[in-house]
Amino acid sequence: MDSIRKRARELLEKNTVKVVIGYGVGSDNTVRAIFVRRPEGVEELIFDETCVQNLAVYLLKNEIKQIGKLCIIANISALRTILQLASEHQIHEEELLCLSVTPNGELLEFTGFKDIENYISSCNRDLPDKESEMIKKLEKMSVDERWQFWMNHLSRCIKCYACRSACPMCYCTRCQVEYNQPQWITVEATLMGNFEWQITRTMHLAGRCVNCGECARACPEDIPINLLNYKTVLTVKEKYNISAGTNANIDSVMSSFESDDKENFIR
Amino acid sequence: MNIENKLLKLSSLEGLVLKLNQDGKQVFAPVKKDNIVNFAPVSAFHEMTQDYIVTARSAKFVVFPRVETILEMQFSKDNITLKDKDLSSIPDAVLLGTRPCDAAGFKVLTSIFEGDYIDNIYVTRLKKTTIISISCNNYDAKCFCTSVNVHPGGTAGSDILLTRIDNDNFLAEIVTEKGKEIVNKFDTLFDIAPDVNKDSLVANVPVEFDLSAILGKIYPRFESDIWVEQSLRCIGCGTCAYVCPTCGCFDIQDVSDGHNGQRKRSWDSCGFDLFTLHSSGHNPRNTQSKRWRQRILHKFVYVPEQDNILGCVGCGRCSRACSVDMNLKEHLINLIGELTK
Ligand code: SF4
Ligand code: SF4
Ligand code: SF4
Ligand code: SF4
Repeated sequence: MDSIRKRARELLEKNTVKVVIGYGVGSDNTVRAIFVRRPEGVEELIFDETCVQNLAVYLLKNEIKQIGKLCIIANISALRTILQLASEHQIHEEELLCLSVTPNGELLEFTGFKDIENYISSCNRDLPDKESEMIKKLEKMSVDERWQFWMNHLSRCIKCYACRSACPMCYCTRCQVEYNQPQWITVEATLMGNFEWQITRTMHLAGRCVNCGECARACPEDIPINLLNYKTVLTVKEKYNISAGTNANIDSVMSSFESDDKENFIR
Repeated sequence: MNIENKLLKLSSLEGLVLKLNQDGKQVFAPVKKDNIVNFAPVSAFHEMTQDYIVTARSAKFVVFPRVETILEMQFSKDNITLKDKDLSSIPDAVLLGTRPCDAAGFKVLTSIFEGDYIDNIYVTRLKKTTIISISCNNYDAKCFCTSVNVHPGGTAGSDILLTRIDNDNFLAEIVTEKGKEIVNKFDTLFDIAPDVNKDSLVANVPVEFDLSAILGKIYPRFESDIWVEQSLRCIGCGTCAYVCPTCGCFDIQDVSDGHNGQRKRSWDSCGFDLFTLHSSGHNPRNTQSKRWRQRILHKFVYVPEQDNILGCVGCGRCSRACSVDMNLKEHLINLIGELTK
């Protein structure tokens, strides 16, 4: 913690960055994102295993970009997001500076995307145990049982789009659900509309989801919506041997085509 | 009417819920499912949970559903037939277990839906809904009702207010004619009220800020940096508005298969950037801080000015549901600090 504060202070004092995005104490013993712009503010920074929010969601937020060059205190999820955003040409190396801390407390400062790639390759990128088990359970279910499972959960969805807003990869300025000429997806939060919405979101994130779990954490209805995306993480890994957020130059699984692809519908 | 006191035994609630159902009323009460508590239809009292401060989502959906068909259309070769919503199809409902803040929230919604335009669908739904609230004997760190003039034992907005006296008994305050109707209909379930000091039975929620330091004083700070400061971490979802008992904004969409169509309204939120996007591409609230400011101003400036009622009842739902910890109470206290600078 001290090493992070010290480095953040230096960066702000020397004007190397204008803002440090990190974690601070939130209400009722929680952790929240804080945006430190003055050197003395670094004392509020904390970093430990309770700092789970994927702060990379703020990297593309206009009001934060406008502050100027930024430094982000990144956990593994945020680091992977940064690589994936780089793959999608949404951020550039010179726009941001990344700090992190290893599990044994060592301060890391990344000099570029390559550096992040190296570090990530040594980190555990598996799905969390709880979710892995849930997916196995879902795979074992009959189609009917699975349908029931999702009907039960998605009937609660109120279409607040917190899953989308919390997701660092859902950065489209105009989401497909917002088109009404023509209306691709039913706006109303009914079972049908909710399925349309979540199936679309899942497909749009296939090969791009970095399994940070933000969508599920943000959902006010406690819908385990991340399971849909995590399943695609496994599928994409299995079929294409690609893991999102491991490299700053990953081709988009859903929108790239190789001449030796098995599917030939596009030829 | 004068409030009339009765005694309602916990054991009589089982009978009451049953009889209300038999009477053709839809009864909604807090139900715990998948670890969250929300209002859901119940056919028996034991389906209701007693273990909640407030429900995750508010009870507003009973009078303002998250999606509702408000008009139907039929297209033929040379004609379009329009059909208004059949108000008689709206069922009688009873809300059981709303908190005094929930009940007060309906007054705010009513001020919106019975403002310059009278929304008959809302009005009918509310008229057909009997609100049986239960006073709070507990609260959590997100509750701030007493700071916004709502009381954990307040009767405003309720038709009947139940206050727990002990394990087996409730004091039932019959607040409105609608409440009285229920008591008259099922009078065997109610007894003569004992003499109790109600104040000693409800939670003592501390007043955490001085409302008068906010009211009438925010607008001059329209251009203040405080809105940016407060909302940097806001991710602009619709959650706060969707769970809020007093948010009444909606979106209207027409759906049609070419022969039949429906006009539907669904909840909307001023937190979304699309909310004020003009077809020209111009967006007067083009940043999240402007949208956050709108949320505060709507509740604490515009609604009070237009309808002479505060737009927030202090239930704290927005703060509990927000995934990035935008704590409204804290922001209001911080705002007062800024206003008194
Ligand atoms: S956050 Fe949850 S309730 Fe909101 S749109 Fe996503 S799945 Fe639905
Ligand atoms: S305050 Fe919280 S719940 Fe409301 S829009 Fe912002 S992030 Fe979403
Ligand atoms: S603004 Fe928040 S605290 Fe106020 S009534 Fe709405 S949900 Fe409750
Ligand atoms: S303007 Fe915003 S705060 Fe006001 S009712 Fe609409 S969604 Fe709620």
